[in-house]
Order: sequence, then C-alpha cells, then structure tokens
Amino acid sequence: MLDQILQFLITGITVGSTYALVGLGFAIIYNASGVVNFAQGEFVMIGAMSAVWLLATGAPYPLALLGAVVITTCVGLALDKFAIEPARGATVITTIIITIGAAIFLRGAALLIWGKDIFALPHFSGEQPLHVGSATLLPQNLWVMGITAVMVLAVRWFFDRTLMGKAILACACNKSAAQLMGINVSLMLLISYGLSACLGAVAGLLVAPIAFTSYDAGIMLGLKGFSAAILGGMGSPMGAVAGGLLLGVLESLGAGLISSGYKDAIAFSIILLVLVLKPSGLFGREAADRV
Amino acid sequence: MAKQRFVSGLAAGLVGMALVAAPLQAAETIKVGTFLAVTGPASFLGDPELKTLQMYVDEINAEGGLMGRQIELVHYDSGANPKKAVDFVKRLIQRDKVDVIVGGSASGETMAVTPQVEKAGIPFISLAGSIKIVQPVKKWVFKTPHTDRMAAAKIYEDMNKRGIKKVALISGSGGFDKSGRAQSLDLAPEYGITIVADETYGSKDTDMTAQLTKIRATDAEAILNFGFGTGPAIVTKNIRQLGITVPVYQSHGVASKKYIELAGDAANGVRLPASALLVADKLPDSDPQKAVLMVYKTKYEAKHGSVSTFGGHAYDGLFIALEAIVRAGSTDKAKVRAEIEKTRGFIGTGGVFNMSAEDHLGLDLGAFKMLEIKNGDWTLVN
Repeated sequence: MLDQILQFLITGITVGSTYALVGLGFAIIYNASGVVNFAQGEFVMIGAMSAVWLLATGAPYPLALLGAVVITTCVGLALDKFAIEPARGATVITTIIITIGAAIFLRGAALLIWGKDIFALPHFSGEQPLHVGSATLLPQNLWVMGITAVMVLAVRWFFDRTLMGKAILACACNKSAAQLMGINVSLMLLISYGLSACLGAVAGLLVAPIAFTSYDAGIMLGLKGFSAAILGGMGSPMGAVAGGLLLGVLESLGAGLISSGYKDAIAFSIILLVLVLKPSGLFGREAADRV
Repeated sequence: MAKQRFVSGLAAGLVGMALVAAPLQAAETIKVGTFLAVTGPASFLGDPELKTLQMYVDEINAEGGLMGRQIELVHYDSGANPKKAVDFVKRLIQRDKVDVIVGGSASGETMAVTPQVEKAGIPFISLAGSIKIVQPVKKWVFKTPHTDRMAAAKIYEDMNKRGIKKVALISGSGGFDKSGRAQSLDLAPEYGITIVADETYGSKDTDMTAQLTKIRATDAEAILNFGFGTGPAIVTKNIRQLGITVPVYQSHGVASKKYIELAGDAANGVRLPASALLVADKLPDSDPQKAVLMVYKTKYEAKHGSVSTFGGHAYDGLFIALEAIVRAGSTDKAKVRAEIEKTRGFIGTGGVFNMSAEDHLGLDLGAFKMLEIKNGDWTLVN
C-alpha cells in the first residue's frame, strides 16, 4: 500500500508540474492587465505542434525546440498587436471574451495548417524509466519538474526584482497612473503577451513527449492550468505552482485510492471548497477596492 | 415600363422551365444521402468515410453511372453532433429527397436519427460501431462496422486460447470506451473470465499511472484497454513504464498506424482485433477478402494517403446499397430495403456480409483478425 501511495504522489507531482507551468502563463498576463487569457492553452498547443512540424521539415531537435518557442512567442505578440491592442479601451470582461475568440481562431488555424492528427515529440533524454523505491518515473518527468521550478523562480524574480516586472505590475494596478509615470503601457502589454506565449510554448514542449499533442490539446491543459492558477491565487507565480501540484496530487490520489471514475469530481470539489473558504486562492492577495 | 414587365415575364418563364426541368433530371440520378462527422472530435472517422464515398461515386459516374443513371452524393457535416444529424437527416429526406442514406460516423448520431429514418421509411446504412444500432433489429436500419461486442468476444476468445482467466479492464470516458467497457463486462462470464479491476480515465488525461498502479497490485493476468485517441497510447506507455509485463489487449479503436507511432516500442506485443484491411498485404492469397482489400487500399492510398478501416466501412455501406439498388432494378425504397436485407456473400473490407431479417449487420467473429504488433508493424496471430 505504501509503495502504491509513493507512485500516486510521484504521478501527481509530475502531472501537477504541467498544470503549474500552464498556470504560470496565466499569471503573467493577469499581472499586466487583470485579464485571464483563455488562449493560454493554445500557446501550449502551438509550441508543441510547431516543434513537431519543424522536426518533420528536417530541423535538428534542439533547433526545432528553439524555433517552436520563437514561433509561439511571435503568435503571442501578434495576438496582442492585432486583437488586444485595437480594443484598448475595452473592459476586462470584453478583453477576456476577445481571448476566448482568439483561442477558437488559433485552434481552427492549427487544424487547417497541421490537420487533425495526433503527434508525439521524442523524449528529451531517453525513455528508460527511473526507479524510486518501487515507484517509477520517466526522465522526461524530471525535465518537466526541473524546468517548471526554474521558470517559477525566474518569473518571480522578474516581477519582484526587475524594473520592467514592476512596471508591468503597475500597468495592472492603474493604467493611467502608470502611463503618467512614463511607463509605456502598450509596450508592457506586448511584452507580457510575448512572455506568456513563450512560457506556454515551453510547457507544450515539455509535455508533448509524454502526453502527445494535437490541434485541440490546448483546451484541457488550458482548463487545468486555469484551475491551478485560480486555486493558488490568480497572479501569484508561487500560487500557480502550489495550485498545480495540489490539483495533480488530488487527481492522482483520488484515482488511486477512491475511484478513477470520480477523480476529476474529487479534485474539483476540493477546489470549490478551498475557494469558498478562501475566495482569493491559497496565495492570492485579498481583493480590496479603494473607495 | 412595358419592356420591364416583358423582361420579368421572361425571367419568370425561364425559372418556371428550370423548375419543370429539375425534377426530370432528379428522377434520373440516384441520390445517395450522407451525414458524416468530417469535423469535430470524431473527424478521424468521418474524414476517410467521406473521401471514400466521393472517390467511388466519382469513379462510377465517370464510367457511365449505375444502370445508366448518374449517382449524386448529397453530403452534410454533422460534426458528430446528434442534434445536427437529426436536422440534416430531415433535410436529406424532405428537401433533397434522397433514395438511400449511407452515413452516421458515430453511434450517438446514428441512434438519434433512427426514429426519423423509421418514420420516413428510407433505407439507412450506418457506419457506426455500437451494437445497439441493429439490436433489436429496426426495419430500415443496417450497419457495416463490427460491433464492440464482437471486439470483446474476439479478445476473450484469444485470452481463452492463452489460458488467461483474470483480466484488468481500463477504459476512457468517451462513448465508444463506455460502450466497449459495458460489453466487456457483460461478456466476461460467458468466456469464464473474471474482471479483477475496472478503471477509467478522462479522454484528455495525460497520465494513467495511478490507475495502472492499482491494476499492478491485483492478480490480473492481462490488461484490456477500450478506447481511442491519445488515451490508449498513453496507457500502453505507462504500462511499460511501471514495468508491468502481463499481456496487453487493445480494441479495434486503435487500429491505425498512428497508435503504433505514438506508443512506439511500448506497443510491441500488444494484441488487438481489427479488420483485415490493416493486414491486406499479409493475408494468404486464398483469403476471399484479399482482392477486394488490395483494390480499395491501392485506390485510396494513391489519392489520400494511408488507408483506415473507417473509410472501409463507407466502402462496404455504399456498395451494399448500390448492389441492392441494381438487384431491385429501381430506387423504390421498400424494394431496396428488402434487397439490402437479402445481401449474401458480399465481400467487403470489413468481412463477408450475410444479412438476414434478424441480422442487419451480417458479420461473424471471423470478420475480425487478431493482430499482434511486432517491431512497429501488424502481424497476424493464428
């Protein structure tokens, strides 16, 4: 029984790292504009799909990965330039709806460009399982966990320690005040979309060897990443990680110990419970309106 | 003013003539109606099905048609949405006035349109898997693909041969998976098999090691996975990752090269029941299906790339319908229906069809071949 639980935990942490990485992408755009970008899952999909496509055209593996990140970042920049920026005066809700539209558009475009097939990326460093006691994990799982950890620390450092990070946060706090202080608000937004697309692409590249990818792979990952971000507290990089890991472990323990049929129900009931007790999420700042 | 009236009168006259001419021409073409899930979650079914229908209709028309009449294919994309399918079938029956319907990629949409078809009295050949489509028998409804019950039976037959008594079941959350799971549970006692675990996963889940760890702790002698898409490939990889060595069985839902490509080395040794189409070139020349399969495979692959069994179901449906029309000598719906029911010894891609008043599918277990994946390719198990 104990070794089973060890396996459930390892599974939960690997799956949770993926959710965390996707959730992290939500945090950046939320920090810059208070908008939840529902095209985040599509960034993940585009990252993985363009890497598959680059590999198929004969690019060497590391170059394909790099190219995929560049392509996805460009898609993120274009999303801001052509869909978000023209609607500058729009409210947060309107902008969120624009991102939903963009998500549907990107999914459709991917369907037309790459077709309906499912694709796999090769593992970064072999598929030989590693043994931890009687539990096993793949080298790729370690990549997912490791790069997630690095990304989280980097994002946190960016927002807490750099001038640009603080400038981005200022834009979300008060757009006009930030503008008056000499912050180029539209440039900050552009950067935040580029950055979160880049993060999404990295998530896609890490997950695709384990879970494959297809034009509609972004929907579920986006949804789980969003749940992770909400659970941890929207906008907090640490929160996204805590939320992601918790969600992953809950799912895996739910499936292993109680019933695999109800694992999503178990995980989501617990999320609801957390949000009822602490509406701003585990690490979220209490929302307060100044009057 | 007068001139204008004259012109509009002329236009009206022309329209009138066109209206008179249209039904005349319509009476000459044989109208085959179809609704398929060409887009959406079941597009991997509908896409090859539509390509197959179009390819053969074009070919027959180019050769002068059927009984001197051209065939017209009327198609709607249902996206596997039962509600849309019902609307399209109404349109096919009432507005397009088709003679026969060959379509319905998914079981859900097929079941949804069945009442319409029965009410209107139009021969309908479904391309979907569930056994519920033809059991109990409905007067106007037929189908060509093997059922999930047959897949489960074929797998259990093979397990019996290998002396496997205890089986762990793992299935996805989709309609195909659920139906397959139900049939597997239902059939197990008949073959003396005990289901020692019954796990499920979400169709878009990325990791199934939790469920498989539970299965590893049981005394299962084999694992049976019902599903399609990414799920079975991930399950297969996770089984190997956990170091589970018992035999693995998949359903006909993974009967495409894509599964082998995704699961990679982990797929070696996996067994599954599938249509003979997958191993057409490996069949002995004495096999009655071989010639039909090779012709279909060559034609399809020359035009659209790798062949899938789903397109084969459309081939079977179309030709069962057309042969029935030829035997009936007309497109009279009742006569065509009766002739479809009399289909005997029709060699299709799915097997040799022998329909009857009690059996609107007409395939037996022999239509399935048991395959084993070896070195990234299908091999026949004898």
